[in-house]
Amino acid sequence: MATEYNAYISDETIEGADEGALAGKTVAVKDNISTKGVQTTCGSSMLAGYVPPYDATVVERLTAAGATVPGKTNMDEFGMGTTTETSAYGPVENPAAPGHVPGGSSGGSAAVVAAGDADMALGTDTGGSIRCPAAFCGVVGIKPTYGLVSRYGLVAYANSLEQIGPIAPTVEEAAELLEVIAGPDEHDATTRDHEGATEGLADAADGDVDGLSIGVPTELVEAADEAVVETFWDAIDELEAQGASYHEVDLPSVEHAVEAYYVIAMSEASSNLARFDGVRYGLSASEASGGYEGNWNESFANAREEGFGEEVKRRVLLGTYALSAGYHDKYYKKAQDARAWVKQDFDEALSEADVLASPTMPIPPMEMGESLDDPLTMYLADANTTPVNLANLPAISVPAGETDDGLPVGLQLVGPAFGEKQLIRAGSALA
Amino acid sequence: MSESVVDPDEVRHVADLARVDLDDDEVERFTEQFADILSYFETLDEVPEVEREAELTNVMRPDESHEGLSQDEALENAPDSEAGHFKGPKVS
Repeated sequence: MATEYNAYISDETIEGADEGALAGKTVAVKDNISTKGVQTTCGSSMLAGYVPPYDATVVERLTAAGATVPGKTNMDEFGMGTTTETSAYGPVENPAAPGHVPGGSSGGSAAVVAAGDADMALGTDTGGSIRCPAAFCGVVGIKPTYGLVSRYGLVAYANSLEQIGPIAPTVEEAAELLEVIAGPDEHDATTRDHEGATEGLADAADGDVDGLSIGVPTELVEAADEAVVETFWDAIDELEAQGASYHEVDLPSVEHAVEAYYVIAMSEASSNLARFDGVRYGLSASEASGGYEGNWNESFANAREEGFGEEVKRRVLLGTYALSAGYHDKYYKKAQDARAWVKQDFDEALSEADVLASPTMPIPPMEMGESLDDPLTMYLADANTTPVNLANLPAISVPAGETDDGLPVGLQLVGPAFGEKQLIRAGSALA
Repeated sequence: MSESVVDPDEVRHVADLARVDLDDDEVERFTEQFADILSYFETLDEVPEVEREAELTNVMRPDESHEGLSQDEALENAPDSEAGHFKGPKVS
């Protein structure tokens, strides 16, 4: 039961249409995706009781395709975390590895799928937030190419990096859900109409990897935990046995991906989260402990002290710092250079390989409570996922097996922009 | 590490810019954590200058009015409103 591991923030049902590609299926929705008439909190006290007056485009599309939404899933507050422990509604436990975190930030979405409480789920991925929980919970997650899926109605954390994507037990089911939500949207000017990118995604899950060329970035394997690396190579062996071949590639830029990602994400967050002022929605400045004492700024700062959790404050402050006069060139501009470098590295590596493979996460799921005191160590766990967001590329995490201790390990495949079909085909050889 | 020494006053200053009140415990913890995190961010200094070949094109659309939220819907979630306006604290 989803309640045992705290995967839902609310279990209000949204009925879908009678017919369609997802008729009869349940698709849980992460709680940072707007649902008309149903509370949407982003895992934050700041938005407790907030009820969106409109649906996100992805919610419109999946209910029109017949899916029923069984509830809104728990998440790291505003998507800021790698363990789903920063939620104001309590941490989520990993149903596939009790006592361990489910990964984050879409931990609730991966948990309900892993436990069989929902057929599929939507997550969002800014620096790994779909792929990490998919890997930790032993399910499949896809982070689409930037611009494939509309972000209209997604409560923004870092606009230039994030995408909504599917989590499901198998690659084929994840592809079915992606096919329903993908495609241009007049409400999101960053969506792209890329020829052939949205059709035949589910059909591509034929498991045919004969002749597939896999590049393995050494930087993303060497730094990983031994138990993870062993399981990773077993999965590569299996792909080889089915006709694929691999070669090693170098991506020197990824050594700087985590810091570039955090500088950019925090900077964008500090601007995005300025909208939470306690006046227009969410936590009321007039009811916060200080009330309307003092002027607008004081009241604003007071509501935000009360509404935001510690990780959110940390990121808003660091983002404000990185953008402030005198530091902008040192942090933000250098991070954008690193982002361009990462993109070039991936383009080069993908010119000589169909897909790039690495462990999704360099470590197995952490024990609950272990990562909260040391934010930097938690950030470093995103080493293999963040480069993909910086490069705007698609990636999939598929179950690669388990460590000797029975902890799930995910294999990440990265493809060229709008090359989702290639990833679905390759991933379906494993799950 | 020398360049990124962060003191409690600096944390308070940034919190003030970001309009987030902090209690003393948070200031103390953040001072310590920010020093670690910022010195890690400083490894960005090793990143070479990169030729950015972004293929950016403007996406334009006709400037036509569409149906949007009604005033009532837009105010639905406001803790306080008056005569069709958001009601907030005094400005100064």
